[in-house]
Amino acid sequence: MKEKKMHSGSDRLLKVFIYVVLIALAITIIVPVAWVFLASIKQNSEFYGNPWTLPATLYWQNFVDAWNSAKMGEYMLNSALVTAMALALLLIVALPASYCLSRFKFRGSKFFNMAFMAGLFINVNYIVVPIFLMLKDGDVFIKNIFGHTFLLNNLFVLAVVYAATALPFTIYLLSGYFATLPHDFEEAAYIDGAGYGTAMIKIIFPMAQPSIITIILFNFLSFWNEYIISMTLMSSGTGTKTLPVGLLNLMQAQQSKAEFGIMYAGLVLVMLPTLILYICVQKKLTQGMTVGGLKG
Amino acid sequence: MKKHKGRNRFIALCVAPAVILFTIFMVIPTLNVFRMSLFERGAYSSTEKFVGLNNFKILFQDAKFITAMQNTILLIVVVTIVTFAFALVFAGILTREKIKGQNFFRVIFYIPNILSVVVIAGIFSAIYKPENGMLNSVLSMLSGETVTILWKDQPLVVISVIIAMVWQAIGYYMVMYMASMSSVPQALYESAGLDGAGRISQFFQITIPLIWTNIRTTLTFFIISTINMAFLFVKAMVARGMLEVGLSFMYNQKDAGLYGYSMAAGVVIFLFSFLLSAMVNKVTYREPLEF
Repeated sequence: MKEKKMHSGSDRLLKVFIYVVLIALAITIIVPVAWVFLASIKQNSEFYGNPWTLPATLYWQNFVDAWNSAKMGEYMLNSALVTAMALALLLIVALPASYCLSRFKFRGSKFFNMAFMAGLFINVNYIVVPIFLMLKDGDVFIKNIFGHTFLLNNLFVLAVVYAATALPFTIYLLSGYFATLPHDFEEAAYIDGAGYGTAMIKIIFPMAQPSIITIILFNFLSFWNEYIISMTLMSSGTGTKTLPVGLLNLMQAQQSKAEFGIMYAGLVLVMLPTLILYICVQKKLTQGMTVGGLKG
Repeated sequence: MKKHKGRNRFIALCVAPAVILFTIFMVIPTLNVFRMSLFERGAYSSTEKFVGLNNFKILFQDAKFITAMQNTILLIVVVTIVTFAFALVFAGILTREKIKGQNFFRVIFYIPNILSVVVIAGIFSAIYKPENGMLNSVLSMLSGETVTILWKDQPLVVISVIIAMVWQAIGYYMVMYMASMSSVPQALYESAGLDGAGRISQFFQITIPLIWTNIRTTLTFFIISTINMAFLFVKAMVARGMLEVGLSFMYNQKDAGLYGYSMAAGVVIFLFSFLLSAMVNKVTYREPLEF
């Protein structure tokens, strides 16, 4: 109600100033992103003049070239596969574990809770080299027995690593939610004759739906956007790659041969899925983040 | 008793997969970082030779590593201060003032956070391009002459990375502080307003102290995450060898096949980040305020 007070001159000036600053910041975010979208439909010759011209024609060929000859289509499929596998695995492993860790007292429960909490402080960037060497040694071993390697350059193994390294954060978020639920729910189910597994799957998991959606959103973004682990574990020059790594290679190839249109088309292909998802669920995402309050 | 047995089996079945995955891919690699830092390992064979603290001895005399750590510290300090200052002020404005299109601003400011670092690197290479990049062309328009600043070369490359990192992080922290600031009771501001406190002193005397616990936690995590983000940005955005931070030094040693040396660098950075966050946690401690 205080706002009803008379607007003095300096008050109005302050307001104008606030708007100017906010709009300026918004522009620094919107313009570069929009510029990339416009650049993705420009022809190569249009990249040598004024950067602020609109595309002369809608040159969709960039996307066709990026998809086929730059293999972005293949990489996108790889990324989709890895993300889906990692998410499925993560949910299957993390949901029961965080349920038990937060709602049952058993020998070692304190220790495991502490261990997963400590895991929050371990960033994958530190351990990516040992993981790589472990898989490499494993591959040498497997090759001696079966005659071919299996662990490196394997999308499924990559997905397993993603899921495993996402466990601490996921278990932290889910346990936090499970711990708030009253124990009466399961007790009623047990009296009705349900076992532990049934009570967990039929009663508790459906109630946790909002947190599960938050988990999926955050991990989707981190798996889809990840590139250090993927670059390290999928290191063979010609082999399978995920989308961000493919894009990174495309960007680095820019320095020798200038195919700007294709590069920006590749950029759009990487960010479009995340942007679409964001538009659909932005409320959820900006609310969900206050649950955790931290980020790796 | 029978029920008890079933309970234990159920718990074991639920917890075991997570514990196994966590052990194989996080605990063992972490222990390996420390173990391998004491060894020398051939690039092509897996034979290891114990060298004690020799890797560390060489590391502390390696001028490249020292520079990399200095760059890391510079990035942590500048990125943290700039990001937190902007995020807090903008969050304060958007929660306190009646701004039209508040939701629009919030949605826009959060966008950089959902983009891959690779995408951000691509966007910023379009911004920083020397001949007709967005930034130079705007500067040319403003100054009236052709500007061809090499943003991604020495000595400006640090500033370019800082700008990109701040651009990426502001929105996330802003949205987070908006959430915690909106829980500060309106009545406090009203009575402060009646006592004649202006907006700015309200911000420093009421808002900041009341969400201090939140600021403090996020600050600790931000410092740890900046060490990692600096690596991701340098790796994706900067030409090789142009700018090194701690973790990119570590990764390059791995590429060179010097695994033991690389892990020694990893251990130093890990301990550094731990000490730093413990220190920040200690320095920023205040008695929690109730409201």
